[in-house]
Amino acid sequence: MLYIKCPYCGLRAQKEFSYGGDATVKRPNINEEVSSDDWDNFVYMRKSPRGKHIELWQHIAGCRQWIKVQRDTATHEIFQTAKVTEEIR
Amino acid sequence: MQKYSVFSLIKNAFSNHQNWEVAWKDPTPKSEYDVVIIGGGGHGLATAYYLAKEHNIRNVAIIEKGWIGGGNVGRNTTIIRSNFMYDANARFNEFGMDLWRNLSQELNFNVMFSPRGIINLAHSDAQMNAYARRGNSMRLNGIDAKLLDRDGVKKLIPMADFSDEVRFPIFGGLMQPSAGTARHDAVAWGYARQADDMGVDIIQHCEVIGFDVVNGKIKGIRTSRGDIKAKKVGLCVAGSTNILAEKLNMTLPIETHVLQACVSEPVKPLLDGVVTFGAGHFYISQSDKGEMVMGGDLDGYNSYAQRGNLPTIQHVLTGGLALFPFLSRLKMLRTWGGIMDMSMDGSPIIDKTHIEGLYLNCGWCYGGFKSTPVSGWTFAHTIAQDQVHELNSELRLNRFSTGHLLDEKGLGTKTWIG
Repeated sequence: MLYIKCPYCGLRAQKEFSYGGDATVKRPNINEEVSSDDWDNFVYMRKSPRGKHIELWQHIAGCRQWIKVQRDTATHEIFQTAKVTEEIR
Repeated sequence: MQKYSVFSLIKNAFSNHQNWEVAWKDPTPKSEYDVVIIGGGGHGLATAYYLAKEHNIRNVAIIEKGWIGGGNVGRNTTIIRSNFMYDANARFNEFGMDLWRNLSQELNFNVMFSPRGIINLAHSDAQMNAYARRGNSMRLNGIDAKLLDRDGVKKLIPMADFSDEVRFPIFGGLMQPSAGTARHDAVAWGYARQADDMGVDIIQHCEVIGFDVVNGKIKGIRTSRGDIKAKKVGLCVAGSTNILAEKLNMTLPIETHVLQACVSEPVKPLLDGVVTFGAGHFYISQSDKGEMVMGGDLDGYNSYAQRGNLPTIQHVLTGGLALFPFLSRLKMLRTWGGIMDMSMDGSPIIDKTHIEGLYLNCGWCYGGFKSTPVSGWTFAHTIAQDQVHELNSELRLNRFSTGHLLDEKGLGTKTWIG
């Protein structure tokens, strides 16, 4: 079981969370010309690195906030968590 | 090559089975090959075999970081089926079924292909309608499909929960009688032995570190055992696809996830074919040894760990218990995980790439094992002819940008949304 430190609620079990994928993917800006490649990159293309990965989780059975988590995809170790408005470096 | 038969078995019994030939050699990598296949799993070995057999390309090497058959071909739940609705998937996998039917004879290696049928259970009228539609599509593509009502299912799996109190009563199911299972290790070993016999170098414990790409053309690969020149390179690395893509500066519509499976202690024969639960993600079959082989959901987050966590196993088995209450009294022997190359639409990719001479075979999601022969067959054709075969003409990489998705079940990486 993973234990994820929600920035709002503290350390909670993974079962309370729902996964939201790569947090570094940027949606193309609204009201601007968007090329088909840009849409492609946003919707489908993922780096899926082995190692440190910044990802979104939602504390669905808790405060229901979306949060950012920096986790190792090979060891499952969690390094940092942050509010979705904050940066992880 | 020494042919395996009852006579060779008897003959070798006299020498206490000490004098069998090695099934495949352990060669030192040459400096150059016509084709290098990266990944010595089922798909890579099958690709090399069909390159040699169908296209007479024998100066081929398989580069494997670990040992052959140590990845997903040794970790799957051995299900073979072609119960697909979309034409592209149905044609592709039914061609594969024909290869499976003859595989033991062709490879002179008993892969124990056992077509005992698969039943997808339905738990609502809507699901029955959807299965009737899928069954009709399958039959139009020449695949056997049988729509079972509740009594029909009860006759085949009387041990399922048919009581009145269940949350998801069984309405019926869709059966593909020609589907089944095979012994997964034997598939890898059978392909390896024949490929080796035709001159393919199987190079194990050799990691790919980088690629030599000059002016958009592949020239070779760099490995932990030296540089190897190659006219063509094929990637067959399933869960490691993204790692190699990064070395090629490619981004793919693939996310890597861990998928777990488990087996119970062995019990007497009680389940003939494969059964899938329609109200949760759970499937089950019984191995020839008697173990109940079970699997279900991804753990649900990007992972390269070939192991998962307990909550997913608990979740999957909760579904299993809802269907088969007898499972509650079985002990689990072991659980394990494999890393899946989850494509964004749930269908595989077998294609050329923008780099000349570099070919891609990935995106197998939950179902790579069943496609092992046809994947190798079509990938070998794609590499040898430098063009896709009709069978994989819709399994292209560019289908995501053109919108020609093969979203067979609406399953991609985000299975938790479905």
